[in-house]
Amino acid sequence: MISEISFLLFQATLGITFISCAGYLVFFITQNEKIRRLARYILLASWAMQTLYIASRYYLAGNTPVTTHHEAVFFFAWSTTAAYLSFRWRYSVKNFGTFVSLLIFSLLVVSAIAPKDLIPLEPALQSLWLPVHVGLSLIAYGFLALAFCGGLMYLLQERELKSRRLGYFFTRLPSLDALDQLNSHCLAVGFAFLCLGMVSGSLWSKQAWGTYWRWNPKEVCTLIIWFMYLVQIHQRFTVGWRGRRAAVMVVIGFVMVLVTLWLVIT
Amino acid sequence: MTAKRISLLGVNHKTTPLAVREKMAFAEGYEEPLNALQKIPGCSEYFLLSTCNRVELLFVSESGFEPDDAMLQFLFGDSVKPEQRSHYSYLYHDTEAVNHLFQVSASLDSMVVGETQILGQIKEAYRSASRLGCTGPLLNKLMHKSFTVAKRVRSETGIGSSAVSISYAAVQLAKKIFGHLDDKKVMLIGAGEMAELAAEHLVGQGVGGVVVANRTLSRAVDLAKRFNGSSCMLDELPSQLEQVDIIISSTGATGLIIKGDDVKPLMRTRRNRPLFFIDIAVPRDLDPALNDIDNVFLYDIDDLSQVVEMNRAEREKEAVKAQRIVEEETLKFGRWQQNMTVTPTITAMRRKADDICQQELSKTLSKLELDDNDRKKVEKLALAISAKLLHDPLIYLKSESCRGGDDAKVDIIRTIFGLEDDTQQR
Repeated sequence: MISEISFLLFQATLGITFISCAGYLVFFITQNEKIRRLARYILLASWAMQTLYIASRYYLAGNTPVTTHHEAVFFFAWSTTAAYLSFRWRYSVKNFGTFVSLLIFSLLVVSAIAPKDLIPLEPALQSLWLPVHVGLSLIAYGFLALAFCGGLMYLLQERELKSRRLGYFFTRLPSLDALDQLNSHCLAVGFAFLCLGMVSGSLWSKQAWGTYWRWNPKEVCTLIIWFMYLVQIHQRFTVGWRGRRAAVMVVIGFVMVLVTLWLVIT
Repeated sequence: MTAKRISLLGVNHKTTPLAVREKMAFAEGYEEPLNALQKIPGCSEYFLLSTCNRVELLFVSESGFEPDDAMLQFLFGDSVKPEQRSHYSYLYHDTEAVNHLFQVSASLDSMVVGETQILGQIKEAYRSASRLGCTGPLLNKLMHKSFTVAKRVRSETGIGSSAVSISYAAVQLAKKIFGHLDDKKVMLIGAGEMAELAAEHLVGQGVGGVVVANRTLSRAVDLAKRFNGSSCMLDELPSQLEQVDIIISSTGATGLIIKGDDVKPLMRTRRNRPLFFIDIAVPRDLDPALNDIDNVFLYDIDDLSQVVEMNRAEREKEAVKAQRIVEEETLKFGRWQQNMTVTPTITAMRRKADDICQQELSKTLSKLELDDNDRKKVEKLALAISAKLLHDPLIYLKSESCRGGDDAKVDIIRTIFGLEDDTQQR
């Protein structure tokens, strides 16, 4: 029974997110404010469905559902949506939603393709640290995903401005300054959560294996990512790294996050 | 008599790239080129216009005249190879030439359609030409007409509104780079009119401060006062560049004022805060290499026109209206010009009739003894008879068939009325 509901929830989420994403795209092309407001409400609905689906998976698996590719990517989409909605609540960046909703939808599609089997967690790893660690890390990833979208938009807008052949994106994308601030903000929040996620992960490792750091592939990859973001933040606040270079770094950093998440899950 | 022909030979921003225009512009004033023009045979009236976006030569010639190599050589100098000249330039005659001139003066042919600077430039060029005696009755009339056309277009259409000006484009770009402008500083290098206009717009958008740098400090101080800003010498540029965010350069210098290598080290002290350079000078003031530096954006006037292009939709409607005014005025001028060919004949006819009346009246009246009242009646009678006699020939002259420039018909009338000598005298 629950598994059927869970399946339906997933399909519904996919459908609703698609509609929201299409709405944002239509808004991007026509710049019709009404459609944007509609698309935002639908995205909010999609987030609610995502939450319900995660709850159903939790019920079915008996632990926080982040142990398979399907679950991890889905959780990623959920945290990105949450980050965007929380961000949207405080700032407004023109047409940001179009890019973010595209990313969320792509993540959901990837999770739909991945096998949806339920794999119970081995008892050694069953701990309260799991939801804490995963929650913190994925919130970090959510904000880094926003920074990635902002970085892409920055690169698009910057290319138009530099080439001096202003075209389609010029009027539709926000100012470089706004995108750079978005980058800086999301990077700061994301990095803070990334640190917390790593600390909680290491405590969990201590509890499960008796050591804080085991140098397994996932830990090494995460460390590399952590260093990359650390350098960016450091450079930004000391010598004023910004603009194109910062945007490129944010994009590269996020690609690495995706690779890590996919290749070396748990 | 043969008809005069108005011709226009020129290049503009649509036909010729900036690099060529740079070399063509007559930067040293009109006197020398106009004197040189007078030495080229075949034309009777001249007008020369040279701005950063165009060089145009307007001249009146006998109808068979075609501009030869001497004229092209004059226009292009050594800027391009002779065989490429015709590729870059355009040549219009009569109605087309008039139409083009009106479009230019009404700022419809401008890179930034609707900008008002062009009219001032034309007026200045016209003053130079008329002072040197290069213009005659035809061009005088035409130029004055072009001023009226410009005025009509400006007052009757919205083409000059802010949405289509170069300053608006600059503001639009600045906003896309900086987001908000209230904590940004603008620097004007050189105190040109267009730079002033752009600065005015930026200040209107709430820019934080204005710095004016100029070769002569007094001019800089004057301009700075207008914007409540500060002034500095050109030598101080490097240190100033650390403080400001938007730079508008419009000096008359022949070389580059700011080079890419000057700015690169500055970006570190600026903590990579973006710099927006606007170069509205011809020849260019700013090194094109500036654009290759991260967080530095450089736009010259050709680039700014791109931004203005985007406002085309709003502008299109107004442009149609403006175009209609230009067509209308071109037609009116054509009619006036056609009248010009018959006007001497008409006045000669009238004068001849008048002369005869006066002659005969004085002969007759001296023999009669009339009181004033009767005298007037007789005078009236004589004038009425001559006027009625002339009425039909005059109508014929003014009709389309003669005005169209059919010289043979006019000649017949001149012969019938015996006006030949009269023309020679004139």
